Amino acid sequence: MGYTFAAMDLAAGASARFQFASDQSLLVYFDEQVGPHRSPDPVGTGADQPLQKQFTLEANENVRKLLRLLESEPLAGVRNLHPAYCSLLIKFDALRMRHDELEAILRKYLARLEEVKLPEPRRVEIPVCYGGEFGPDLAEVCAMRRMTEAQVIELHASVEYLVYFLGFVPGFAYLGEVPKELVTPRLAAPRRKVPAGSVGIAGNQTGVYPFATPGGWRLLGRTPVKMFRADRKELSLLSIGDRVRFTPINAERFAALEKACA
Amino acid sequence: MRVMEVQAPGLLTTVQDLGREGFGPMGVSPSGAADAISLRLGNRLVGNGEGAAGLEMTLLGGRFVFWEDAVFALTGSDFGATLDGAPVPLWASHQAKSRQTLRVGPTQAGARCYLCLQGGIAVQDFLGSASTHLLSGLGGHEGRALRVGDVLKIGAAKAKDLFRPRSLAATAWERLAPRKVLRVTPGPQSDWFPNAAHKMFHESTYRVAEESNRMGIRLEGAAISADLGGAWREETGKNACPTGEMISEGVSLGAIQVPESGKPIILFVEQQTTGGYPKIANVISADFHSLGQLRPRDEIRFERVDWETARALLREQEELMASEELFLE
Repeated sequence: MGYTFAAMDLAAGASARFQFASDQSLLVYFDEQVGPHRSPDPVGTGADQPLQKQFTLEANENVRKLLRLLESEPLAGVRNLHPAYCSLLIKFDALRMRHDELEAILRKYLARLEEVKLPEPRRVEIPVCYGGEFGPDLAEVCAMRRMTEAQVIELHASVEYLVYFLGFVPGFAYLGEVPKELVTPRLAAPRRKVPAGSVGIAGNQTGVYPFATPGGWRLLGRTPVKMFRADRKELSLLSIGDRVRFTPINAERFAALEKACA
Repeated sequence: MRVMEVQAPGLLTTVQDLGREGFGPMGVSPSGAADAISLRLGNRLVGNGEGAAGLEMTLLGGRFVFWEDAVFALTGSDFGATLDGAPVPLWASHQAKSRQTLRVGPTQAGARCYLCLQGGIAVQDFLGSASTHLLSGLGGHEGRALRVGDVLKIGAAKAKDLFRPRSLAATAWERLAPRKVLRVTPGPQSDWFPNAAHKMFHESTYRVAEESNRMGIRLEGAAISADLGGAWREETGKNACPTGEMISEGVSLGAIQVPESGKPIILFVEQQTTGGYPKIANVISADFHSLGQLRPRDEIRFERVDWETARALLREQEELMASEELFLE
């Protein structure tokens, strides 16, 4: 059927696997998919298990390298790219090329991954007002993890997160990893509407909702910063590969920043 | 600049073109007309390029007043339209005089009807497209569905005030008519599902759920979540059931994902760009426009085709779209 193993020696010693996704798209995986496991999406019904570490940082780095190569040397007939944790979905013009033709070209790109230099990661600080009406799930997370609010906030703001990829809706960055003491499953029943700017956790991931959308992540706080703006040159505040830190702010500061960001 | 006033917006009317491709890395899905074939044909009937922006009406059409003379066409599903009381046939170009009112009624068949105007609807492009993305409020007319009192600008026509009576050939329409039996190729996680699940998926009739929208078409019917009498265990020797969640990955248009409920969801034009549910199948490109005409409670089935067939059907469709015999003048 629609997949082949490419037993190639990539820079990281990883092997890439190709999989037909549709009649106009091809998936490239950078790990060995062993079977069903969980990774909570921002929307959906409750998952009671945290994300199992089934992909490596190396795999995500390879995704970013292939993405960069395909962006700097675009392939005629390729129409869109969807990076994720350990895979890249490539949408192409099915009247112009076949899966196997695209695969052959991609193999040449993959052979060059070693020479791809990823840019120095941008470091982005996101101010967050934790708890209260902005973080309706903070109390429950504290109870589940047997910590005080101050401890949870400190933990969440203590690490530098990597933007694995953007997905779901415009500007939604999948950030990891949350310190293991804070790993919490998402809500059993997702909210119908999560306010824009809400900062949530799910499994060992964290993220900021750019728009008011349905969502099942546990909300710890909210940022006044706009994650995605159509009227800004850099539409999305975050890009794949960025490093992110959350800085706790109080309600007064939130109000002031919200005014400034409007 | 010529304008058109919205006196009644209908149920859900948005500005759409053929969408914005290439912004997946930002999490931006293409959006665009749900039935792209109808929009393309409508544009060609009025002499536009295929990708000009038009109005996509859903289940119930709107009432529009032309402030100046205009050339227009209605395509897609028949919503029973009139121009100052005179019936307006679908799939043909028409002339409206200044101050005339176009009334588009409730659907008589499928889900969507397109209003294409010579010169196209002029809105501020967002990432190279006029398409509205409702969930994020981006693109189109102020990023939202039309409201009473909106005034839409009409772009300059390529050849000014040119009206050519033109209609779609009946044979072409027959070949492009939306289908209720959707053809699918295997999804990336196809082999996670036991044979019994595939059998159920392909032999069942599914009903389009009310909460379907441009993001996804939700289906009711035979759930694929159950262990299906231990079939999965017998086939694989594993205890885990294949439905549920997985590591999120990029998802393609028309992907049929199976969440924990076992009720399939077809990802549609305003889809999320990545997802964490296994995909059992994917609707073929040649049937995408059929998805755009599915109404709540419609009954559909899935028919599996191989990759070569999917490609051949798309090529055939595009050859027809490019053929000389498409229109009668």
